[in-house]
Amino acid sequence: MSEPTNANTAAFEPLLRIEHLRKVYGEHVVLDDISLEVAQGEVIVIIGPSGCGKSTFLRCINALEPIQGGTILLDGQPVSAEAKNIAQIRQKVGMVFQSYDLFPHKTVLENIILAPMKAQKRKREECVAEAEKLLERVGLLDKKDAFPRQLSGGQKQRVAIVRALAMHPEVMLFDEVTAALDPEMVREVLDVILDLAEQGKTMLIVTHEMSFARAVADRVLFFDEGVIMESGAPEEFFSHPRTERAQRFLRTFTFDAVKHHAPTSDEPAPLFDD
Amino acid sequence: MEALGLDVLLNGTNALRLLGGLWVSVQVALISVLLSLPLGMLFGVFMTWKNPVAKVISRLYLEIVRIMPQLVLLFVVFFGATRVFGINISAELASIIVFTFWGTGEMGDLVRGALTSIPRHQYESAEALGLSKPQIYLQVIIPQAMRQLIPTSVNLITRMIKTTSLVMMIGVVEVMKVGQQIIEANRMVSPNAVFGIYGTILFLYFIVCWPLSMLASYLEKRWAVA
Amino acid sequence: MNVEAMVDYLPLFWEAMMLTLKIGWIGIAGSIVIGLVVALVDHFHVPVLRQVLRVYVEIFRNTPLLIQLFFIYFGLPRLGIPIGADVCGAVGLALHGGSYMAESFRSGLDAVSDVQRESALSLGLTRLQVMRYVVLPQAWALCFPSFVANIIFLLKETSVFSAISLMDLMFTAKDLIGLYYQTTECLVLLVIFYLIIILPVSIVGSVIERRLRYGSLGA
Repeated sequence: MSEPTNANTAAFEPLLRIEHLRKVYGEHVVLDDISLEVAQGEVIVIIGPSGCGKSTFLRCINALEPIQGGTILLDGQPVSAEAKNIAQIRQKVGMVFQSYDLFPHKTVLENIILAPMKAQKRKREECVAEAEKLLERVGLLDKKDAFPRQLSGGQKQRVAIVRALAMHPEVMLFDEVTAALDPEMVREVLDVILDLAEQGKTMLIVTHEMSFARAVADRVLFFDEGVIMESGAPEEFFSHPRTERAQRFLRTFTFDAVKHHAPTSDEPAPLFDD
Repeated sequence: MEALGLDVLLNGTNALRLLGGLWVSVQVALISVLLSLPLGMLFGVFMTWKNPVAKVISRLYLEIVRIMPQLVLLFVVFFGATRVFGINISAELASIIVFTFWGTGEMGDLVRGALTSIPRHQYESAEALGLSKPQIYLQVIIPQAMRQLIPTSVNLITRMIKTTSLVMMIGVVEVMKVGQQIIEANRMVSPNAVFGIYGTILFLYFIVCWPLSMLASYLEKRWAVA
Repeated sequence: MNVEAMVDYLPLFWEAMMLTLKIGWIGIAGSIVIGLVVALVDHFHVPVLRQVLRVYVEIFRNTPLLIQLFFIYFGLPRLGIPIGADVCGAVGLALHGGSYMAESFRSGLDAVSDVQRESALSLGLTRLQVMRYVVLPQAWALCFPSFVANIIFLLKETSVFSAISLMDLMFTAKDLIGLYYQTTECLVLLVIFYLIIILPVSIVGSVIERRLRYGSLGA
């Protein structure tokens, strides 16, 4: 973990502070009284059954969803869709989505330099140089002039990560970024995220890849029905989940071996023979 | 009433005459639509053929329909038929011929679009399940194509209805012509008849076409591919 | 066919075509402006104005141009606003076409996915920047086919201008047929001149369409 940059952080203010966050869609309570502090350089993995509110939670941190209660403070500044400087605050939060969300009408390089140039008014040459460096790090420098349609799913996601990194965000949000990928491409994307963790990037990661979660997380949050059911170190959580819900959820990722036996004549034929 | 020129409609048989004129339009539209829908379906299937001759023919037909104003086609058929074939066809018949010719082409293109929009794997998975060709079309392809086809063809019908206003230009007595006659006859008594009559005609077209447009966009939304 | 007569008619048809082109393209330009305004008002949910423009679109889309022209041409002078046939033609076409263009632009804007918007926002771009660099280029490519179809449709609709006694192609053809009975010749010229007006638009449109589809949408 990196050293605190400010010498005067006497009170140790966390990078991200969320207090009593509440999110409602009509009658349905999606997130109920969520509080969380994320320190500089911390990697938080959020898991839970689908519909538990974990994706909505990430979207709230980027003010893509209006919230009905509580506060989100990033660097002490409130994050809210109504804030005047919301575009500037969002620059500090990088987000990568599940669907490949690259801009289809721009090349890989143009995708990456668009926001640094337009939102941060940085010089084109500087942005290009940095984009190329980042692309090299994820092994995609040779694709810089390709259009998104010419890339595989895993390559698109790596570009999407680079695009977010080019803004120098203080925190990165990953929303099930490998869920839509072919299995052989999952690894290349997760390796990039592991690499970021090693460099001390602050990250919040929603994922269904349990072994990855275990490897990357400083802290695991288990969400269910809009609340944080459990929170703890990965080894602790994965080997000894405390709540019954978490135990049930983790069981869905393991399989019991099936005993094979030859069918007898009066038994129905197996459903799949292979 | 007088300021709007609606009083004219209440004089004598004017309102009835206007409705009678509308009825001619409706008839022309109805017959053309009823002919175009089945013919267009056949043409649409024809357009999906791989045969090069079929391709050239349908391409040519479609381009004529796409490019030539309906009014030009009306002129060609109405004035041209007399000249070339020496037969005198009525303006109504000429209109029905032109609108059917046009409607069939447009409908065919919609049918082709709907058929080709069904993804390959729908055919393949139906085949893999062991369905026969007719079963594949009846059970799998056509029901899906219909969802795309119905909203767009309802829109085509409203376009055909609106286009019937053109038949006055070749002298079919219909709603527009009757309207003009009424305005002419009442020029002195009711100078504002222009508003009343044309407003009424606009309204008549609107109450026929608007519900159809609404229906089309409702169906489009409801059946949108999720 | 009497080719000599056709040659004689050429200047008349040429002049008529120029009139059709002039009024037609002015009207189309107007319809694009109207369509853009209506689509943007709708897209950004501007209150009140949005509902008013919705009514305009529904009325003009669901009634024939011919009657709209009559209403304007014969109606406005009764309100003390004199209007020439050429201005009436351009205004009528712009209003009629505007309602079609609005639908086309609006569906293009709506078709750009929310994720595109959100990922641009999450990069820290402002709403205006998202619109300019991400949404509009994609919306443009998406609505281009219906945009071209609308232009062709409106060029075809110019054929009703003769009803308000504009000396356009239809008017000229009908006039000459009535005067000299050279029916076939006039009809052939009529068809040829409409081809000259519309065919280039159709061809150029489909070329650009193919390029846009490849360049912008990755399809």
